[in-house]
Amino acid sequence: MMRHPSAWMGLLLWSVLGRANGAWTVNMHPGATEVSNAVFSLHMTIFWICVIIGLVVFGAMFWSMVLHRRSTGQQPAQFHEHTRVEILWTVIPFLILVAMAIPATRTLLHIYDASDSDIDIQVTGYQWKWHYKYLGQDVEFFSNLATPAEQIHNNAPKDEHYLLEVDQPLVLPVGAKVRFLVTAADVIHSWWVPAFAVKRDAIPGFVNEAWTRIDKPGIYRGQCTELCGKDHGFMPVVVEVKSQADYDTWLSERKADAAKLKELTSKQWTLEELAARGDKVYHTTCVACHQAEGQGLPPMFPALKGSKIATGPKEGHLNIVFNGKPGTAMAAFGKQLSEVDIAAVVTYERNAWGNNKGDMVTPQDVLAIKQAQAQ
Amino acid sequence: MSAVIDDHAQGHAHGPAKGLMRWVLTTNHKDIGTLYLWFSFTMFLLGGSFAMVIRAELFQPGLQIVEPAFFNQMTTMHGLIMVFGAVMPAFVGLANWMIPLMIGAPDMALPRMNNFSFWLLPAAFLLLVSTLFTPGGGPNFGWTFYAPLSTTYAPASVTFFIFAIHLMGISSIMGAINVIATILNLRAPGMTLMKMPLFVWTWLITAFLLIAVMPVLAGVVTMMLMDIHFGTSFFSAAGGGDPVLFQHVFWFFGHPEVYIMILPAFGAVSSIIPAFSRKPLFGYTSMVYATGAIAFLSFIVWAHHMFVVGIPVVGELFFMYATMLIAVPTGVKVFNWVSTMWEGSLTFETPMLFAIAFVILFTIGGFSGLMLAIAPADFQYHDTYFVVAHFHYVLVPGAIFGIFASAYYWLPKWTGHMYDETLGKLHFWLSFIGMNMAFFPMHFVGLAGMPRRIPDYNLQFADFNMVSSVGAFLFGATQVFFLFIVIKCIRGGEPAPAKPWDGAEGLEWSIPSPAPYHTFQTPPDVE
Amino acid sequence: MNGLSLKRLVLRLLMLTVVMFAFGFALVPLYDVMCKAFGINGKTGGQYEGSQLADTTRSVRVQFMSTNASDMVWDFYASDDQLQVNPGAVNQMIFIAHNPTDRPMSAQAIPSITPAEAAAYFHKTECFCFTQQVLQPGERIEMPVRFIVDRDLPTGVKHLTLAYTLFDITARHPPVAQASAGDPGRAR
Repeated sequence: MMRHPSAWMGLLLWSVLGRANGAWTVNMHPGATEVSNAVFSLHMTIFWICVIIGLVVFGAMFWSMVLHRRSTGQQPAQFHEHTRVEILWTVIPFLILVAMAIPATRTLLHIYDASDSDIDIQVTGYQWKWHYKYLGQDVEFFSNLATPAEQIHNNAPKDEHYLLEVDQPLVLPVGAKVRFLVTAADVIHSWWVPAFAVKRDAIPGFVNEAWTRIDKPGIYRGQCTELCGKDHGFMPVVVEVKSQADYDTWLSERKADAAKLKELTSKQWTLEELAARGDKVYHTTCVACHQAEGQGLPPMFPALKGSKIATGPKEGHLNIVFNGKPGTAMAAFGKQLSEVDIAAVVTYERNAWGNNKGDMVTPQDVLAIKQAQAQ
Repeated sequence: MSAVIDDHAQGHAHGPAKGLMRWVLTTNHKDIGTLYLWFSFTMFLLGGSFAMVIRAELFQPGLQIVEPAFFNQMTTMHGLIMVFGAVMPAFVGLANWMIPLMIGAPDMALPRMNNFSFWLLPAAFLLLVSTLFTPGGGPNFGWTFYAPLSTTYAPASVTFFIFAIHLMGISSIMGAINVIATILNLRAPGMTLMKMPLFVWTWLITAFLLIAVMPVLAGVVTMMLMDIHFGTSFFSAAGGGDPVLFQHVFWFFGHPEVYIMILPAFGAVSSIIPAFSRKPLFGYTSMVYATGAIAFLSFIVWAHHMFVVGIPVVGELFFMYATMLIAVPTGVKVFNWVSTMWEGSLTFETPMLFAIAFVILFTIGGFSGLMLAIAPADFQYHDTYFVVAHFHYVLVPGAIFGIFASAYYWLPKWTGHMYDETLGKLHFWLSFIGMNMAFFPMHFVGLAGMPRRIPDYNLQFADFNMVSSVGAFLFGATQVFFLFIVIKCIRGGEPAPAKPWDGAEGLEWSIPSPAPYHTFQTPPDVE
Repeated sequence: MNGLSLKRLVLRLLMLTVVMFAFGFALVPLYDVMCKAFGINGKTGGQYEGSQLADTTRSVRVQFMSTNASDMVWDFYASDDQLQVNPGAVNQMIFIAHNPTDRPMSAQAIPSITPAEAAAYFHKTECFCFTQQVLQPGERIEMPVRFIVDRDLPTGVKHLTLAYTLFDITARHPPVAQASAGDPGRAR
């Protein structure tokens, strides 16, 4: 019965309202993998079985509601049992259930066979972001919500992928068997990409397995589906599926970047080097709010030029960049930028636009906060 | 066990005491039934107002009304209050009022314990609701309170939450013991088990379910308490415990709990449909056996709530098959109700309207339940709005409509007045439209990929969420209207005869309306 | 009044309540038994009693994974990503832990294995997860895990993942001495 009125109602709404932005979606999407298609057809099979049973049962009900009303002069029959009929309507549903269980079992066994994978990805849930690690590849990163706070607080128009966009998506090759090893670092999360029909709970202390093989390149979006605290609704999953060649290029770039970054964190920096790097970081990450000359857009976005924070003690300055300022648009960049970039941008802000403090924050300082906070 | 030795044998033929103390000290089953029903309705409005906050926030995308942290407290409290404060006490209230009348007993078997089990409830809920005003807020981990979100990561108020759950549990268990003792010991001579009305049967089975699982719930919250305050590690992986264990123990309670909230409604509807079809209930015996089968199966299906936690494939298959089996006895019940209507002589007074809506909409909830039982498909449905749609379709038209049907059916007996039929029908139609408008679109957004328990969502879900919210506001406002109908009925109206429904059967219609303060002081004769 | 007297009935129901409360707690060891039987949640197999002769006709890929609980600051990783092993043979993998802070800390590693079907066939003969680890400021240790993959491992399984999550338990078990302060009897 489920999808029967839904389909009708959907059709009705469609004809009335037109297909504005596909928002009146009434059904599951078949998805982009063999498994998701199998699950979809299972879903539709059960749905139609329910519709047929529903038509028979509700049909009988409406029949008697219309024809056996007292106002039609109906004299009530007095029968109250019929053994043969009762046996029949116990046995027939049972047989229908057996018929449903067969394809369901087949699909389930297929889903559980994660052997012979080509790529293994460790997926770790954090409050409130995902961490991906390409096992054996030395590539790992956090994937944070990228939707700006102004959109969430209705101060800016919402994008098409509102709440379903991240700073760094998980990148996978098309056609490869990918195994996900899902775990969590704090509370229970659940990693879900509807287009792959993959949903697995991420449980602290335990590892869960799931797999997929994606047929088409593209960007696939999902969300955390286990209540995990305040920002449960704000930790999307985005997977970008590339051709094998593009994937290989991407992976080697990531590896090079990772190696370079590791080296940079431990390197001894001079103020000039850091400030030069910070200049770039500032102009990609901070400029939208604090503006090119550090003048900001008061009162929403305070100036940095000559500000108390940027010219005060460096610990306070670093702290606000690292942890953000609750209740304002200032995000906690400690989770989004590398140690090097945070050190660089703080150093830059302390020495640009006539702030000329002459001091610097090193990547090691940032690492120290990270460690102190973690305790 | 002083409560066991009750004093009704001395027979105080006089009426109720006067003033407030009548209600505080009462041991009369009708008074206590009334208290339970009013308490339940108060909680229904409170839990409903939390739902209104949720639907207001979800009216459009973006954060408008509340912050995510408070939103989580609202979803948690809505669930807890509706389950433990509205639905369960309403059925206990109906049991208190009707079971003695239906089996020809003078009162409940343990009247003083009856009083105590009621008065624990306001204490429990005062404690629970007061946590909303503590620093750090009230429970915010969902009504299923999965560890470690509810232990290591919980707000400080979790201890009060645990204590409140303990109080509710004690109250429910005492209520259940009372029901069993009444049914097994106080039936009028000749009232054999297989002559009992189905409401009594379903409540007997429900009471056994309560005694079986409420202690397990008490156990699980006790383990939480020990983890939080006494350094144990039942659910903490760091100490060698297991967060998944929490879910197993919780759902061992939780699934039978679902049937606790629906079986008494099955029973009530099994009296109402024959009454307005003017035809005996079809398949009484199979109804009793089907109820028993559902109760038994409810103990071996709990892990279908956990299909995505990573249960080995053998376990998934077992729980999938067992869950699908529940469709068989549930189907038998639905077929029996339809056959009862078949070739009857039907009229559609308010109780019948609610009962018919119960059968249809509960069946729809049953279908989505069957879909959810299919483990591979559940990987897509799990923890989405499809699940929210499913359990609201079984709980709102199931439990709540069952309670409304019962209330209208027995209001003349309780108050001595007929309720206003026009207003009753209006209440039904507004509830019916509001309910379907609120919950049907949730199937769509769930299938389209909207997770549950989120305060904000992508634009693709916006239109249906707005429809849902409008429906929810309509449904919510309509229930205030029900309050008006009930008060109007208490204060006056056409005097009700002893048996206001010509097709109704049962001992409760053999006594005058309103039911005298003491009934069946001498047991009636049952043919 | 039929059947039991009221008093006896109520006493029995109260007893049932107490029994069910105890049953809630009994689910804890019962669950452990079920986990061992079905290999749920990384409860690996016990003592290996099969032949220690390596089955050279097939090899299994054992992959190693490490996660830090979110409040854990140590560096913690396996010295190698994976091993190809023969069932029956004893293998060793070294995990490395480093305490970068300026205070002594204690930690507990929790193992987990996947696929669940294979967990009962994975036998650890020595593991740092059997005890708690205590590291002094700046200290770095190598921690071995020795294991045998059962010769009876179902042939369909060619790939195993052994995952450890490292939890900071300093608050609950303050580091007392240089040596690990754990309870070596508690094998998982």
